[in-house]
Amino acid sequence: MLNIDCPYCGPRAESEYRCGGESLIQRPALDCSDAEWADYLYTRNNPKGVHIERWHHVHGCGMWFNAARSTVTHQIFATWGMTDPVPELPE
Amino acid sequence: MTRYGALSLLRGGLSGQTNWQPAWREPAPKSGYDVVIIGGGGHGLATAHYLAANHGITNVAVIERGWIGGGNTGRNTTIIRSNYFFPQSAAFYDFSVRLYEGLTRALDYNIMFSQRGMWMLAHDRHGLEMLRRSANAMRLNGVDAELHDEAGVRAAIPQLNPNPRFPVLGGLCQPRGGSARHDAVAWGYARAASAAGVHILQNTEVTGFRIAGGRVTGVQTSRGEIGCGKVGVAVAGHSSVVGKLAGLSLPVQSYALQAFVSEPVKPCLDTVVLSPATGTYLSQSDKGELVMGAGLDLFLSYAQRGSLPWMEQTAAGVIELFPQFSRLRFLRQWAGICDVVHDSSPIIDESEVAGLHFNCGWGTGGFKAIPAGGWCLAHHLATGEAHALAKDFGFARFRTGALIDEAAGAGIAH
Ligand SMILES: Cc1cc2nc3c(=O)[nH]c(=O)nc-3n(C[C@H](O)[C@H](O)[C@H](O)COP(=O)(O)OP(=O)(O)OC[C@H]3O[C@@H](n4cnc5c(N)ncnc54)[C@H](O)[C@@H]3O)c2cc1C
Ligand SMILES: [Zn+2]
Repeated sequence: MLNIDCPYCGPRAESEYRCGGESLIQRPALDCSDAEWADYLYTRNNPKGVHIERWHHVHGCGMWFNAARSTVTHQIFATWGMTDPVPELPE
Repeated sequence: MTRYGALSLLRGGLSGQTNWQPAWREPAPKSGYDVVIIGGGGHGLATAHYLAANHGITNVAVIERGWIGGGNTGRNTTIIRSNYFFPQSAAFYDFSVRLYEGLTRALDYNIMFSQRGMWMLAHDRHGLEMLRRSANAMRLNGVDAELHDEAGVRAAIPQLNPNPRFPVLGGLCQPRGGSARHDAVAWGYARAASAAGVHILQNTEVTGFRIAGGRVTGVQTSRGEIGCGKVGVAVAGHSSVVGKLAGLSLPVQSYALQAFVSEPVKPCLDTVVLSPATGTYLSQSDKGELVMGAGLDLFLSYAQRGSLPWMEQTAAGVIELFPQFSRLRFLRQWAGICDVVHDSSPIIDESEVAGLHFNCGWGTGGFKAIPAGGWCLAHHLATGEAHALAKDFGFARFRTGALIDEAAGAGIAH
């Protein structure tokens, strides 16, 4: 069971949250090519290592926030608000 | 290759079991092959077998980082079925079921395919409507399907809780569905491929590609560089990682799916039961263990272990439908890393790097597809053209929008 530190509520059990996938994705301009649009919709980082992702405290305060988590150990290095700058992270 | 059968058993008995050969060879890597397959799971091994058996291409290596069948092929709940919605999927997966039906003979290896039927249950009116839609789609696609009311379900599965919290309103049965021995599928393909001349290189990791003028010409491995004409990548949850080695970004995400078995008991369940609403996926193995599948942990993971919440939820679902199993204990728990694509349909195609092919996107359901996945990738590698059954399962669909959305169509929960 992951222990996830909501920036608003503090540490809570994994079962209170939903993961919203990769974060910091920018929507391309609407006149972009089909390939760029496909990339935006479907291509994901999927790293074996640190992943920056969105979490939703769905059974808590209802807020979205960012987390940096290892996809190998599941260790969470930082959580921060949606519009806050990305903190220093390990590689 | 000595054929397995009553005669070789008899000979073994008379000669003190000294006549048995290893099922596949452990050769030293050559400096190059016509085709290199990365990933010694079911799909990679089946591809190698069909390259040899269907196309006469035997200068082939299967490169496996660990041991063959140690990935999802040896970790799955072994359910085989073809109850998909769209015509392309139905044609593809039903071809796979038909190949499974003849596989024990074709490979001379008992894969223990048991067509004990597979049931999908509905617990509310909407679930029942979805089942009716599925049954109609399956029949239109020429796949066997039977829709039953509650009495029909209970006649086939009398063990069901007589008074469940979520009533059983009906069920969809695919009589040709069932289960097979997963290790035997990997080993059977490996044995047949090896006998045809294919090199199976275990404990060998691919760490990079040699690419010249946009075309793949070799792979770097933990045992040195190996040249090749073409490459087929069938590494499931590691597709993105291997793709990145060639500079490719794939529409794949990796999630852990876990499963459990109970302690073994005498035969008590002779079919496969899937109840999406209660999160139950249950069958009994020939060893007697109840085999239980969970859902995906919906955050990216390369750790081959599952989370506790799903373990609890799966147990709760099983006990809700079969209260008598509440006294059984979990014997083992494990997970595999699944290659999930947005439309829950596979990708069997050549990539932007010429000669570099992928077979991935199987997600939580690619065991049933092993024969057809290998057949179609072998066809593409050998002929340079996508197989008719796989032509819609390419990379182009993400650009054109022609997705084959089985996530919605067949209600694949993940
Ligand atoms: C718990 C669970 C239950 C499932 N239940 C079912 C089911 O009931 N029915 C069904 O149809 N499907 C099921 N599936 C899905 C099914 O198991 C997979 O889709 C299928 O086995 C994929 O086969 P594969 O050959 O593509 O991958 P794998 O069997 O995972 O093989 C890939 C291989 O590639 C190797 N590899 C990775 N990277 C490298 C590298 N760099 N170099 C060399 N080798 C590498 C790995 O070591 C691995 O052995 C389930 C999966 C899981 C995890
Ligand atoms: Zn919160």
